Amino acid sequence: MHPILKLVAERLALGVLLLFAASALIFGLTEILPGDAAQAILGQSATPESLANLREEMGLNRPALTRYFEWLGGIVTGDMGVALTNKLPIGEQIARRMSSTLFLAFWAAIISVPLAILLGLIAVRYQNRWPDKLISGITLASISLPEFMIAYILVFFFAVKLFWAPSFASISPGMPLLEQLHAISLPVAVLTMVVLAHMMRMTRAAILNVMQSAYIETAELKGLTTFKVIYRHAFPNAIAPIVNVVMINLAYLVVGVVVVEVVFAYPGMGQYLVDAVVKRDVPVVLACGVIFAAVYIILNIVADVVSILANPRLRHPK
Amino acid sequence: MTTPLLKVRGLKIGATVYPPGEKPHDIEIVHGVDFDVEPGKVLGLIGESGAGKSTIGLASMAYGRGGVKLTAGSVEVNGRDVLQAPLRDIRKLRGAEVTYVSQSAAASFNPAKQIMEQVIEAAVGQGKFSKSEAQKRAVELFTKLGLPNPDTIGNRYPHQVSGGQLQRCMTALALCPEPDLVVFDEPTTALDVTTQIDVLKAIKDAIRDTGVAALYITHDLAVVAQVSDHIMVLRYGEKVEYGTTDQIINAPQEAYTKALVSVRSITHEEKQPTEPVLRVENITARYKGTNFNVLHDVSVDISPGQTLAVVGESGSGKSTLARVITGLLPPSAGKITFAGRTLTPDQPSRSMEDLRELQMIYQMADTAMNPRQTVGTIIGRPLEFYFGLKGAEKQKRIQELLDEIELGQGFQDRYPAELSGGQKQRVCIARALAAKPTLIICDEVTSALDPLVADGILKLLLNLQKIEDVAYLFITHDLATVKAISDSIAVMYQGKVQRYGTKSEVLTPPYDDYTDLLLSSVPEMKLGWLEDVIANRKMESAGN
Repeated sequence: MHPILKLVAERLALGVLLLFAASALIFGLTEILPGDAAQAILGQSATPESLANLREEMGLNRPALTRYFEWLGGIVTGDMGVALTNKLPIGEQIARRMSSTLFLAFWAAIISVPLAILLGLIAVRYQNRWPDKLISGITLASISLPEFMIAYILVFFFAVKLFWAPSFASISPGMPLLEQLHAISLPVAVLTMVVLAHMMRMTRAAILNVMQSAYIETAELKGLTTFKVIYRHAFPNAIAPIVNVVMINLAYLVVGVVVVEVVFAYPGMGQYLVDAVVKRDVPVVLACGVIFAAVYIILNIVADVVSILANPRLRHPK
Repeated sequence: MTTPLLKVRGLKIGATVYPPGEKPHDIEIVHGVDFDVEPGKVLGLIGESGAGKSTIGLASMAYGRGGVKLTAGSVEVNGRDVLQAPLRDIRKLRGAEVTYVSQSAAASFNPAKQIMEQVIEAAVGQGKFSKSEAQKRAVELFTKLGLPNPDTIGNRYPHQVSGGQLQRCMTALALCPEPDLVVFDEPTTALDVTTQIDVLKAIKDAIRDTGVAALYITHDLAVVAQVSDHIMVLRYGEKVEYGTTDQIINAPQEAYTKALVSVRSITHEEKQPTEPVLRVENITARYKGTNFNVLHDVSVDISPGQTLAVVGESGSGKSTLARVITGLLPPSAGKITFAGRTLTPDQPSRSMEDLRELQMIYQMADTAMNPRQTVGTIIGRPLEFYFGLKGAEKQKRIQELLDEIELGQGFQDRYPAELSGGQKQRVCIARALAAKPTLIICDEVTSALDPLVADGILKLLLNLQKIEDVAYLFITHDLATVKAISDSIAVMYQGKVQRYGTKSEVLTPPYDDYTDLLLSSVPEMKLGWLEDVIANRKMESAGN
């Protein structure tokens, strides 16, 4: 077998194992929490008899391990169960919410990733000169401000003062694409500012590290311009660390959007999770937790695989 | 008289240094150097490390490595002073008129790109050739340089070809744009001796056939004698002597040049073998997770107070033998007897006494010492560990050891960073001696040092052998060193002992083919040596 296939297969197997471990951890944590679904449905004033009846009815009296495997079996077959609060199937809800979140994350990624890499390249080109310091300064400032702060500042200027964009990012399935983009322009801007600095700084550091190599001197002695040296000779050797940090930030765009979605009342996964936590809707929290874990694990596997593919020694064995 | 292609006048080069605990300040590393290179001629720049030869070579491309600044003088290429030229013009010169071949082609090729793409990049980028013309020329150069499969080798990645092949590819890279001048910076130094000779011949032929001029930088006078028309000897950033190759080799004027020419002046009377102190019998070993033996059935003896030189090229298994003897790599078969007792195969189970009597000195003195410990602490550690010495007694012994390695007073409180390369290696020797060992394994201990410094270390080792009656297992790839210090010799090739005996036995013909190749590949300070050797060879070198 080609060594790459073997490495990729190993990563995939490891990912699946990790996902199971994460599901067990999430399930275990919700078990430790005081109270259970029956308590949540009936409220504080419920009598012990009615609680016991409901527990019997919902099967909550059975051992945790049995319930875990039942729940796991459901998830594996695509059945996420039913929300306690409104009795709606969780799977359908999540599918709708997830597509909204992915829509937001997609546009934030499309803008932030190329921008971060380009700014990183420029920072290397003008290392320690004013463009580098300006880029570092601005991105650092934007990462240092809390997300909700950036969000409210943008809302204040662009929605309240200038009327350029709506302060509520409400989208509906029938809307034309341009209108949808207009609706999410502010949350996308906030997300971009939040993830930009990390990716840009890592790009800069990874390329600067490669710039110490002897083959960079070779390239310079070929009479190439500095920018060509950077993108032709340094960047291809810095892909692995850059991809890793890009993937962590993409995961953040999906998993970490809670605050931004709440601020802009955007109907995504973040909102859904926050609502469920508030209403102690344990099955929904469990489902969201597993989905978020899966997103993290999948994106990290992608990062690993790209790193493997970027290594010419693995791609072209002797 | 032809106009010079490269005319250097009063070149001064400076750098900013950042010594620990002091303010950064500027120093001058080249103090006004003049020389010319005429079209089609080869000038050899020779000197020890720190002589400024690479810095001067790169100055011909108006390039300062690291923080190096070209501070004064003029460097005219084809009549134009490149030190005054704007960066845009300098870029047109680099990779077109002047090109560069570095010491380590393995590090100088971009690992992420195919060889062909890198070889033609300058020629195409500078508008000298179209892509297809450049590729055709590259294949011609690959053929001329004797690379295997010249039509397809360009499609490979750098890690897919050997070090010697990559060095030839780098030469093709430099010749591809049809430059007027090529700067060769120690192009064969990192190669094995039998590979070096092939690459040297390929470079020499390519220079002759293309009519290009060259600056050939090296620390090895015997190598430069084979390729250059003129030689300039440099020391501490200044010209020591300049002349034709014939004159420098056969009639050097300056004392320093004479010392370089006659280096390895050591004479050592060979001792006859006695009852061995270390017996290595039928050792076979392999590294974990591999399925081939690095050592096959290796047997050697070392007599007390004598030196066994283990000589071979990289990959011959000589360092692995040291790992087996010290117990770092337990062998899969065979037995090691030391001072009459059988040594356990793995290091952790050996007695304190076994550990003490068997010491090691390494090639890289730099990395073999803790940079945060003083010389006194480094040498004092084995004294505490093995003999429990403390306080004044320990101090006295440390000073004795420092006297033995000829460093004297005032070195105890210094840190490794404050020592020169030769001094660092001396401290490592003192640390090994502190344990009062019976045998010291010396793994390429002089390979990273300049010839004159290495000479001093070898003299010291021989002297200490007389005083302390210690035996050496001396691992090296350098046959001149072997001849200088050994009592017996084991020639290793592909994990086997190819030839073994006393020095005079091993170095007396008739030779087996490999020993012949190895011995004949050592460059000699003689004009025309290269051609003679190539013409008389019996077998191809392994790494080529």
